[in-house]
Amino acid sequence: MVALSENVAVAARPQVARRAAPSPVGDRLFRGAALASALLVLLVLAGILASIAYGGWPAFQTFGPGFLVSGAWNVGREEYGALVAIIGTLASAVLALVIGVPISLGVAIYLTQLCPGWARRPVAMTIELLAAVPSIIYGMWGLFVFAPLFARFVQIPVSNLVEGMPIVGTLFYAQVPSGVGVLTAGIILAIMIVPFVASITRDMLDQIPTVLRESAYGIGCTTWEVVRHVLIPQASVSIIGAIMLGLGRALGETMAVTFVIGNANRLSASIFDPGSTIASRIANEFNEADGLQLNALMALGCILFIVTFIVLIIARLLVRRAKVA
Amino acid sequence: MNASPAAVAGPTPTAPARPAPAEWGRVRASRRSADKVLIVACTLATILGAIVLGSILLMLIIEGVRGFSPALFTQVTPGPGSEGGGIANAILGSLVMTALGIVVATPVGVLAGTYLAEYGRTSPLANLIRFLNDILLSAPSILIGLFVYTLMVRPMGGYSGWAGGVALAIIATPVIVRTTEDMLRLVPGTLREAGAALGAPLSIVIRSVTWRAAQSGIVTGVLLALARIAGETAPLLFTALNNNSWFSPNLMGGVANLPVMIYQFALSPYENWRQLAWAGALLITVTILGLSIVARLVLSGPKGR
Amino acid sequence: MSAIATAAPVVGQSTADESAAVRLAVKDLSFYYGDFKGLKNINLDFLDRQVTALIGPSGCGKSTLLRTFNRIYSLYPEQRAEGQILLDGRNILDPSIDLNELRARVGMVFQKPTPFPMSIYDNIAFGIRLYERLGKADLDNRVEEALRKGALWDEVKDKLKQSGMGLSGGQQQRLCIARTVAQRPEVILFDEPTSALDPISTGRIEELIEQLRTEFTIAIVTHNMQQAARISQFTAFMYLGELIEFGPTNRLFMNPSKRQTQDYITGRFG
Repeated sequence: MVALSENVAVAARPQVARRAAPSPVGDRLFRGAALASALLVLLVLAGILASIAYGGWPAFQTFGPGFLVSGAWNVGREEYGALVAIIGTLASAVLALVIGVPISLGVAIYLTQLCPGWARRPVAMTIELLAAVPSIIYGMWGLFVFAPLFARFVQIPVSNLVEGMPIVGTLFYAQVPSGVGVLTAGIILAIMIVPFVASITRDMLDQIPTVLRESAYGIGCTTWEVVRHVLIPQASVSIIGAIMLGLGRALGETMAVTFVIGNANRLSASIFDPGSTIASRIANEFNEADGLQLNALMALGCILFIVTFIVLIIARLLVRRAKVA
Repeated sequence: MNASPAAVAGPTPTAPARPAPAEWGRVRASRRSADKVLIVACTLATILGAIVLGSILLMLIIEGVRGFSPALFTQVTPGPGSEGGGIANAILGSLVMTALGIVVATPVGVLAGTYLAEYGRTSPLANLIRFLNDILLSAPSILIGLFVYTLMVRPMGGYSGWAGGVALAIIATPVIVRTTEDMLRLVPGTLREAGAALGAPLSIVIRSVTWRAAQSGIVTGVLLALARIAGETAPLLFTALNNNSWFSPNLMGGVANLPVMIYQFALSPYENWRQLAWAGALLITVTILGLSIVARLVLSGPKGR
Repeated sequence: MSAIATAAPVVGQSTADESAAVRLAVKDLSFYYGDFKGLKNINLDFLDRQVTALIGPSGCGKSTLLRTFNRIYSLYPEQRAEGQILLDGRNILDPSIDLNELRARVGMVFQKPTPFPMSIYDNIAFGIRLYERLGKADLDNRVEEALRKGALWDEVKDKLKQSGMGLSGGQQQRLCIARTVAQRPEVILFDEPTSALDPISTGRIEELIEQLRTEFTIAIVTHNMQQAARISQFTAFMYLGELIEFGPTNRLFMNPSKRQTQDYITGRFG
């Protein structure tokens, strides 16, 4: 009502009638709508944390800090612990980085340094399309195409080779060589993070001034030396940020992992054996869960939120508005 | 001038004799081989990426094309163990929820992006929102599913298409915020000044000048968001779930959708279901890849990148 | 003609030694950016331990010419050169030439200072290590020698472990010169080395180039005619991809034989 009367007042002065067209109310309204939308982003993020913490609270209360270190997950006896899922999450994500980061850097270096000009666009497009493939499709590819090949050409031969050896005989021995397991999940995750890490790294390498690259070649460096000693160090902070972004993705990825990790509730020392991650466990059990199990799953989600939140904060601080991910 | 005495003298007969140039062939073999290894490894990494994409498409075509028939688009998903059927309900459900998501996310995302680029700029609040938006952009989508479950499914007493749509909107919004802001920032300041110089208030300058200048970029953002949410599975798992029949017009109860249908059917023991899952997977992947390509063409269209 | 005498820059005191040996001989060189011919049949000799300045209006091909001497243009597939460039009698355009090694022999200093993302010490040592295996003490000596030749030693000797990026613009450029000198090249190319620097830093770089001439054959591209006059013994004037005139600097500036040269140095175009 206040706004309306202001309008009338302005219109009442004939000599400034032209000011009536663009109303200051509309201006303020628009600004308010923009601000409200922006604040909604804050609200949603706060809401996610609040709702998950609220849902998980009973589990944290029941099990205390022991929830983090307990390997139990027994629906019948209502005993829950996060350890197996946490270890599975970390193991698959770390494997994804170990495998995915070198590939990502390779792709970025190829695109910026080695690729002939005419091929740059199509090759870059191919890599970017890998990022667009839905994660459930990666899951199907991993389970139906990759896992059988992996079982036949890697798991079985390696298991036979290392059987009985100390340490590696445990770490690389598949009790049931079905192709699925923590390592398989790590490999699929690696493929999934490659387009993200590669495209940010590529942008960072592209931003390095041409003259720095030329002067490195100018003292007689080979391409490898230019990349290794000049370009990568120059972009290192952003590249680490890109890797952290990839880590954030790998930690929270759900569907692809659910297909290929085997969803086992027990801890195994072998990376060939099935396991589970926080996300895969939530995806598997949430719809049939109620009571304390539901709370325990929410508590798992809370742990995932905090871990990825920290990783993503570090990543963003390092990358600083690198690119639309 | 500021020339040093040595230089002023110029070359004289006493200038040191020129040392003989070093022999050619000083590049160590190890340096050459390291360089070759780099080139081969990087090329292989890139080829690997192309092979994976190719093999995914090949897998989908080989397994999925067989399932394509008119029934796929006209009949609902069959019950466990039964023959025939299609995925019409899942296609429509996906369309409805994706549309819902994008319809909610587009105004919110564009307005929020506008706030960041035009009003907030470098204020502490804008910086905070920008930062958290970037976090939300990469947040695990399953957590968004849990959030909407608590926010809507619990209070409303069951799964619904509305909850699914909201979950997808939450995933799409940060993408649109980010691209909108980036694109608005590319609009030259002189254009805004020219608008303001005509006496137009900022809101009108933004709506009729700045937005128009950034149009193709904003459309790209919306298309990218669309491509992103069209294949999202995890957040729908706890919000819309799935249903082997037509969903009710008020979208309450489970609403069939392609991603969850694919997830449930692909891992099922029924040959018929698996066939439908493959067909759905092919359909959804082709759609999403098509959307991504179109989004990039829109951006690189008339004006280039 | 008196107009020229007053408008023309003052020519440096050092005189050209036309009897010096030919170090770098350009023979019938043409250069292409895709279909565009950027250099047209250039013939030019660079004499041992003389500074040769390449001048001419923007786009005349002087930087293009400089960039053929270490074949840095090879980074870009659409660029190619035809003809011959003989470095001590050896054609460096020959496909069998190892580009990395060529670039260690023909050093280059760029428009903008380009310290590598490593310590001051490593900025110098990096290039040496590529081609020589030296012990710690020898390497230390070489780094010191290079930094002294780059007139930077006194300013950085206490902070060799610090990043090269922390130096001022002028210091960074001298670091880049020291880095080039450290490899003991035969020829040093300067591509407008002072265009990003203030007058005081520019003066120091010019002094440095005068000193380096006693050891190295130097080619410098410059926009600044006064600079060319101050530090070079020979000057080549280029226009639209062609070499218009070449000769001892004082003769070219005092008594140009071509109309275009005269117009350029008197500021009638450019």
